[in-house]
Amino acid sequence: MSAVFLPALTALTGLATHPRGLVDPVVPVVPAGAPEIDIDWSALGPVVMVLGAAVASTLIEAAASRQKDKDQRLAVQPAYLRVIQAAVALVSVAAAALMALQLAVKVHGEDGSAVLTANGAVIVDPLTIYIQLAVAVCALLGLFVIADRTVQGDDAFAPQASAVPGSDYENKARRRGMTQTDVYPLVLFATGGMMLFPAAGDLITMFVALEVLSLPLYLLAGMARHRRLLSQEASLKYFLLGAFGSAFFLFGGAWVYGATGSLKLLEIGAAVSGATPLDPILLVGLVLILVGLFFKVGAVPFHSWTPDVYQGSPTPITGFMAACTKIAAFGVLLRVLYAVVPGLTWDLEPVLWTVSVLTMVVGTVIGLVQKDVKRMLAYSAIAHAGFILTGVTSMSADGLSGSLFYLFTYGVATIGGFGVIALVREVDSDGHLRGEATGLDQWRGLGKRSPVLAGTFAIFLLSFAGIPLTSGFVAKFAVFGAAFASGASPLAVVGLACSAAAAFFYARVIVAMFFEEAPDATGQLAESGGIGIGVRTLGLTQIAIGVSLAFTLVLGIVPGWFLSFTEGLSRLLS
Amino acid sequence: MINNVVLAAEVAASQAAQMSWLVIAIPLASAGLLLLVGRAADKWGHLLGVTASAASFVVGAWAFVDLLSRPVAERVQDVTLFKWIPGGTFDLNMGIRVDQLSLTFVMLVTFVGTLIHIYSIAYMEHDRDRRRFFAYLNLFVAAMLLLVLADSYVVLFVGWEGVGLASYLLIGFWNHRLEYAVAAKKAFVANRVGDVGMIVAMMIMFSQFHALSFAGVFEAAEHASGATLTLIGLALLLAACGKSAQFPLQSWLGDAMAGPTPVSALIHAATMVTAGVYLVVRSGPIFEHTPAARLAVVTIGAITLLYGAIVGCAKDDMKKALAASTMSQIGYMMLAAGLGPVGGIFAIMHLVTHGFFKAGMFLGAGSVMHAMKDQVDMRRFGALNKAMKVTWLTFMMGWLAILGIPPFAGFFSKDKIIEQAFVAPEGQVWQGWVFGLVAMFGAGITAFYMSRLFFMVFQGKARWTDEQHPHESPGLMTVPMIILSLGSVFLGLILTVVKFDEYLAPALVEGHHGEPVMNAYVIMGATLALVVIGAWIAWSKFGSAKAVVPTLPPAADGLVRAAREDLYQDAINDALLVKPGQALVRGATKTDDDVVDGAVRGLAWVFQGMGSLVSRIQNGYARSYAATMLAGVILLAAIVLAGRM
Repeated sequence: MSAVFLPALTALTGLATHPRGLVDPVVPVVPAGAPEIDIDWSALGPVVMVLGAAVASTLIEAAASRQKDKDQRLAVQPAYLRVIQAAVALVSVAAAALMALQLAVKVHGEDGSAVLTANGAVIVDPLTIYIQLAVAVCALLGLFVIADRTVQGDDAFAPQASAVPGSDYENKARRRGMTQTDVYPLVLFATGGMMLFPAAGDLITMFVALEVLSLPLYLLAGMARHRRLLSQEASLKYFLLGAFGSAFFLFGGAWVYGATGSLKLLEIGAAVSGATPLDPILLVGLVLILVGLFFKVGAVPFHSWTPDVYQGSPTPITGFMAACTKIAAFGVLLRVLYAVVPGLTWDLEPVLWTVSVLTMVVGTVIGLVQKDVKRMLAYSAIAHAGFILTGVTSMSADGLSGSLFYLFTYGVATIGGFGVIALVREVDSDGHLRGEATGLDQWRGLGKRSPVLAGTFAIFLLSFAGIPLTSGFVAKFAVFGAAFASGASPLAVVGLACSAAAAFFYARVIVAMFFEEAPDATGQLAESGGIGIGVRTLGLTQIAIGVSLAFTLVLGIVPGWFLSFTEGLSRLLS
Repeated sequence: MINNVVLAAEVAASQAAQMSWLVIAIPLASAGLLLLVGRAADKWGHLLGVTASAASFVVGAWAFVDLLSRPVAERVQDVTLFKWIPGGTFDLNMGIRVDQLSLTFVMLVTFVGTLIHIYSIAYMEHDRDRRRFFAYLNLFVAAMLLLVLADSYVVLFVGWEGVGLASYLLIGFWNHRLEYAVAAKKAFVANRVGDVGMIVAMMIMFSQFHALSFAGVFEAAEHASGATLTLIGLALLLAACGKSAQFPLQSWLGDAMAGPTPVSALIHAATMVTAGVYLVVRSGPIFEHTPAARLAVVTIGAITLLYGAIVGCAKDDMKKALAASTMSQIGYMMLAAGLGPVGGIFAIMHLVTHGFFKAGMFLGAGSVMHAMKDQVDMRRFGALNKAMKVTWLTFMMGWLAILGIPPFAGFFSKDKIIEQAFVAPEGQVWQGWVFGLVAMFGAGITAFYMSRLFFMVFQGKARWTDEQHPHESPGLMTVPMIILSLGSVFLGLILTVVKFDEYLAPALVEGHHGEPVMNAYVIMGATLALVVIGAWIAWSKFGSAKAVVPTLPPAADGLVRAAREDLYQDAINDALLVKPGQALVRGATKTDDDVVDGAVRGLAWVFQGMGSLVSRIQNGYARSYAATMLAGVILLAAIVLAGRM
């Protein structure tokens, strides 16, 4: 750890150790009167690309002429707008992914390749680049699902999110074919925030990135076309609790600043390693920062929002945020733990263990009793956060490598899994397509109605369950193996037990799809609205699902090359 | 004293030896092509198959001529093709061993194989899946050549499984008929039992010798304990029993006749079923030091040769009678292989001559079936000598060869085996008498049942059904039969004249010739007398003008009834293995259902109960969620501060 960061720090600031105390004379990093800031644009490329595209996308949205309807004040956008917006989003994220890939290839062979830029506010090192790459790939796949719509022209988003659900206005907007193209700039801002998040070199940048990624997600959560009330409830809850979580993060930052006199991670890390015995103020501050991050990854007991928000959000958004937010937030968690806490392992270990065990157990046991597929995957996401935490907690190169592998494979499979859910719609007794069929009952017999879709979903579920020949198995093997090796075997044992129990609820969906008869649409399912069936769309979702499936199987059958890639990155970091 | 060349070949391989991987690659590529291209290749698929087999023969012949041009001490050549399984301290290479033994097999397999390919063009003409048939035949040839050319037990095992697969596919070629599919499955299962022996043998080699190549294993065997070698030997014997249809794994061979007749000729008579004999002979340096395992091999061979002969006497199905005869003849080879290096040479010699005359007879049987609308019941044949002259004459050569009448091929090879069987190991005179007499008596029975078969098919009165109009087969079928019959006549003589034993001996460990317990000429004379008696009994019952052959099997005594039922092998297998096996499976299933699944269900129930309890916290109110978070913060802060106190 210190092999990279501390020499870099010493070189940059001349600050070797930091004496304890609130009023220490901080060595100024930048001499007074020299506001010149050196920015390494090539290292910032991916972030700049996505955020720039987000701004451009917003401008396009504002500039597009809309046909006004005098009576209802409906503003219908031209048909080309969604095409342009989708293209801008897809191309920019794909370009960001390529730039990140190029950076990754570049650093892969180098040692000590951390770049500090923007006056130390941004750290571009292998961890940053890997997380940015993973976020960009998952966001790209997520955008395919977001941009898709059924052959009837139905996408996942409300025509006018601010309309009162079920109102006359909303119905007219739907009939006029209004669609919500604001989705694309919002997703781009969120993606940009997620890519900046792990690159943050100080707590302020980190907080700004956190908010840049969170605020668009709060909005997006409320935009579901169907089940509008549930969606708006999800949005509000996410916003309230998210604000609560951010407050803890900010509060923690203040405490840490108070204890160390710096907001820069490297300086905090140096102060921590030099100060023994540790200041309770510093410890509590760090715990509060961790709480903010635990909230974002959905770790227990800061997980309560997850099921409601995952269920209520438009499904493509659920997939996007489940994958990308988790990757980004875990990236920051790794950054904080590996850059700041190494000297604190002993003190923070009980906290990490507690959260890890609670997350695995609670996610698994509540997941067992769910009757809604989306909600079930939400609890599954919680349990997976716990599994990844076991790798993170082991604080070793193997643990880091395993966590990175896990994050990417889980993210990709999550996009695919929610993509499938987005495609399974209710058909009522008259044969009309309705909203998504998320009730487990509605999925019964799906294997007969939509065999390819059901088969694909089954493979994602097997991957979540950690069955061999899927990437989920390799990922679990890597993190649990690292936990065993680093002496955290109790964690690994709990993880294995929870995996075994969780396999039960994944298998239940598979059984429902393939081994149960379709329910009677008029009788048993009259309330929930009919059986689910795979819907025909433009085919973008199928592309995303196909790519996810390919990653899941390839990384399950021949994981060696990817594991050696993450191991290489981990060696550079430690 | 042991010939060092056999143990670790370190001579530089010649160019021809280095190229001899082509004999495997050509038919393999052809098989892959025919299977991948599919129906589009229907028009020319059989031609490609024949060409591939013939090309393989040409390359093999080149390597063979090249080998003969080398000094004797440099004829065993190991060629490493590529690193197959790199494993840190233990690397496994894909390599081939080109020596006198493997090239003998290469020549036999590719020559007989090519003839049978040609024969099949006509035989399978009206089958819509002829291309697939040729693909499987090519696959078989490639796998068989890999088996005999391998330079390690693992590579050999790949070929071993490959021929098993090809055999399975070809027995069940007409799998739309249930009993054929069942026959294929039976062969597959019986072979798997043998494969366990092969795997166990390799496990012991790996754990004890840390080597799996022939060179490494044979070198280590020099210093290994007798018990280890005996275990390996017995495991290899089990493998050989499965592949070569030796007692007690013999039951599949008769049913394997369900495959098209060219398959029976190539795989289940001439080549694949002899792989067990090859394995035992090739593993000579192991058996050399374990008299116990050798005795087991000899005993198995002796039992099987009698078993096959007895069954052969009672079979009315022409192909099944030939199958019983094959089993019995391989029993002879196995017996010889167990007698040591000298016996091993005669085992291989008999294997080669048998490959010709038995393949020739099977092709003759196919020709008869072709003429008689797929009839196989010999009681409905008779007097075919006039209708099918070529088939009759070529079959007669094979018949005289298997009887061991001088100067036909079988005389030279089988008589030597019988003579060797009379050679007793030091201090074990009884062995010489027991095995010698069994082998000699077996020759008499062989003469009876083969003559019975020959006379019932070709001599006597016509007992055809009304719609049968026998005719000679086309040239594509008769020419291979004629070539093979030439082998039946002259091959034994040729091999003796060119001193095949001296050619092959350097590839095996050095043995010494012992004296038989009875004078060699007395043995030869007694054997011939028994053969003539057996043939004469058959003539009087089935061949002479006065003999009456009923078209339905007559009532018979217990032994004949037992022989008709293959000595109740299926009933015994059923009672000893299948029934207890099924009971075991049912028990395991029940345990799994009740105990294992019960525990899982119980665990799931507990977890679900916990889930219902905990999920009450998830009540949907943002305020209580926030409260949970706050409680969590306080908890974590308390934990971290408690650590400081």
